[in-house]
Amino acid sequence: MGLTYQSTGRSTTREIFNVHNAGSELVIALAGNPNTGKSTVFNALTGLRQHTGNWPGKTVLRAEGSFIHGGRHYTLIDLPGTYSLHANSVEEEVARDFLCFAKPDATVVVVDGTCLERNLNLALQVMEITDNVIVCVNLIDEARRKNMHININKLSNALGVPVVPTAARGGEGLSELMAAISDVALGRVVPKPVLVRYSDAVEKAIAQVEPKVREIIGAHINTRWVALRLIDGDTKLVQAIQRYYNDQESKQAEAALEVLA
Amino acid sequence: MNSEAAVGNLLEEAKTIIGDQQAGIRDGIVKSIYDTSENITKDVVSYTSANRVDWDRKIDNIITSPVWGFPIMFGILAVIFWVTIAGANYPSEFLAAQFFWVQDRLTELFWALNAPDWLHGFLVLGVYSALAWVVSVMLPPMAIFFPLFTLLEDAGYLPRVAFNLDRFFKKAGAHGKQALTMSMGFGCNAAGVIACRIIESPRERLIATLTNNFVPCNGRFPTIIALASLFIAGSVSVTIASAIATLGVAVIVVFGIAVTLFVSWLLSRTLLKGEPSSFTLELPPYRKPQVGQVLVRSVIDRTIFVLSRALVIAAPAGGLIWIMANNTVGDTTILAAAANWLHPFAGLMGLDGYILMAFILGFPANEIVFPILIMSYVSGGTMVQMESLADLRHLLIDQHGWTWLTGLSTVIFALCHWPCGTTLFTIQREQKNWRWTLLAAILPAGIGIIICITITALARALNLV
Amino acid sequence: MNNSTPLNRLGNGCCALVTELNAEGLTRRRLLDLGLVPGTKVEVIRRSPLGDPIAFNIRGAIIAFRKEEAEKVLVVQVS
Repeated sequence: MGLTYQSTGRSTTREIFNVHNAGSELVIALAGNPNTGKSTVFNALTGLRQHTGNWPGKTVLRAEGSFIHGGRHYTLIDLPGTYSLHANSVEEEVARDFLCFAKPDATVVVVDGTCLERNLNLALQVMEITDNVIVCVNLIDEARRKNMHININKLSNALGVPVVPTAARGGEGLSELMAAISDVALGRVVPKPVLVRYSDAVEKAIAQVEPKVREIIGAHINTRWVALRLIDGDTKLVQAIQRYYNDQESKQAEAALEVLA
Repeated sequence: MNSEAAVGNLLEEAKTIIGDQQAGIRDGIVKSIYDTSENITKDVVSYTSANRVDWDRKIDNIITSPVWGFPIMFGILAVIFWVTIAGANYPSEFLAAQFFWVQDRLTELFWALNAPDWLHGFLVLGVYSALAWVVSVMLPPMAIFFPLFTLLEDAGYLPRVAFNLDRFFKKAGAHGKQALTMSMGFGCNAAGVIACRIIESPRERLIATLTNNFVPCNGRFPTIIALASLFIAGSVSVTIASAIATLGVAVIVVFGIAVTLFVSWLLSRTLLKGEPSSFTLELPPYRKPQVGQVLVRSVIDRTIFVLSRALVIAAPAGGLIWIMANNTVGDTTILAAAANWLHPFAGLMGLDGYILMAFILGFPANEIVFPILIMSYVSGGTMVQMESLADLRHLLIDQHGWTWLTGLSTVIFALCHWPCGTTLFTIQREQKNWRWTLLAAILPAGIGIIICITITALARALNLV
Repeated sequence: MNNSTPLNRLGNGCCALVTELNAEGLTRRRLLDLGLVPGTKVEVIRRSPLGDPIAFNIRGAIIAFRKEEAEKVLVVQVS
């Protein structure tokens, strides 16, 4: 049951997010703060192979594109630019729900190299939801111009995920980024994100809540993260879990009925 | 399995576990994440030399300064208009000459083939010449203005405009990012309406949506520019003419901004009462725009946009005008009858029946309003070849008795009338409430009508016309 | 923390450390997510030509608030 449930479950949730041809392709999410050149990265990777629309039921612009690397087809979903994933706005909610429920095969977090501290805040939050993260340090040319030096290897070690420096405007680092995406999406590289250590009180509470989370919703979503959100009193996430799992169950029921008929 | 209820219960359970520490828990979580980011950043980033000129700050010192902030803003706007006006003249005349040369050849062809008069009239004088008008009058200014504006956007200037102007919007009970949605409106009001999504509070988003039409879009600019060139600058030399026309257009735009602020203020004190929501605006670093790419992309984009709209909307409208001008009810043509019927009301507004009819027929797309007007005038009998501003001047002023008041009223009504079909459709799609969509149409039209009637009554009372 | 002042009282060019957020609910969560957690250094960069909003350097990004938000952030000035 495990694997088939995983895969069918995943493609039905992706359908809810309007991801096309979800079953046969690799789905990559693109996250990042506003003004990090995220859309430049998106355009540079997908070229003219993109189309835009709305996120289902939301008036939030949604861009989807695709690229081919090593003979495989990748669908790239541009998430709204946000500072955080705490669902304080529709955009944050959309981005979080996609990462959490559509489970992209890899997620690229585009960070502004000149403003790393602010941008890593989002990267760390993404890494709490999914392991398959690549950090793309964009605007590396501007950082150089500001006499900043970023030790990419050290950053990669500190985060536990692949880090690729790019200057998307000039096309620098894009082939390395594609390679890193395919490595992670195809499982050739397995990131081991370094997680944020919270205060003792929070960590203790997580330890108490997490097993119960696992018991009820299984391992479909990162249980440590769900536990953390529950401790934070995140009612929106609870509603989202109920909504998506309802949708998914009803879709599966429909599919089962069709098979029977 | 009843997982939904169970997840809900977990939330309660988590609450009891964390107990009375709940209040500070979010602060602690966010702090831990930021502290981690801070520590990692300290570890991996080093500076080779610390003292470096911060150009962004130096540029902002000027661009947002109390003394220079506003003059620079209007200066940049004026330069863009000036480049558009001065630059559009030549290609416009060139395109018109080419199109009408082709039109003559087409006419000869139809004659040679012994085609019936009505077919030649409908296809060549109606459909083709509408296409020709839209492309030659509207395309050049749009293909110049749009890329220039995109460059400004690309460089990171627009958030500074919002920063400079926010105080006005706050006073009007609106959101500071409304300035950004208005900037988008210069390109296209439908795009401006979509841009209103960046305003999260529903009340302030509605205010921005309902007032976006007071910013003249790309499809209305050429009309305003043509009339400004015709009336304000008609009698002076060419170089001064474009400078004066620029000033005229800038005044109209500033007037539009003033109306926007006034209507926003009015709405937030009547239909859309409420407190201003929180406002945060990032001022991103300036970036050197990708000039080549922007120019190529947006010129091609505009050209395709104008050509496709010309085909889909202007061509049928041209056919319709020709039919209306060449079929009679009683002893007048349908066109003249419709214009006559509208004339008494249009007259009150300082317009004539044909002008008001052009605005009505131009509902699908604003860029066909002026071409429709010219066509209805021309098909009224006197066939003239129109290749320059002087011909246009002759048509409007000498043959159809336009005064400065007609010009002014037309420009004001071009600025304040119902949004085009695409924009209204977009408003409906975004707001999903036909009452707001209706208001979005009635509000600017009503304001335009009131202003035009007032000005006309005043001008006539004071014997200025 | 009795020498805390609201952020909007500081002049351009001043630096300060955040001590407390005097806001609840969504506003508080948003301010936190922008990086305004206690102990964060904030620099007052500039005021809009009409005095409001005010732009701050918060963790490397220039972010502007209106007076209403800025006065909810309590800080102590540092040199």
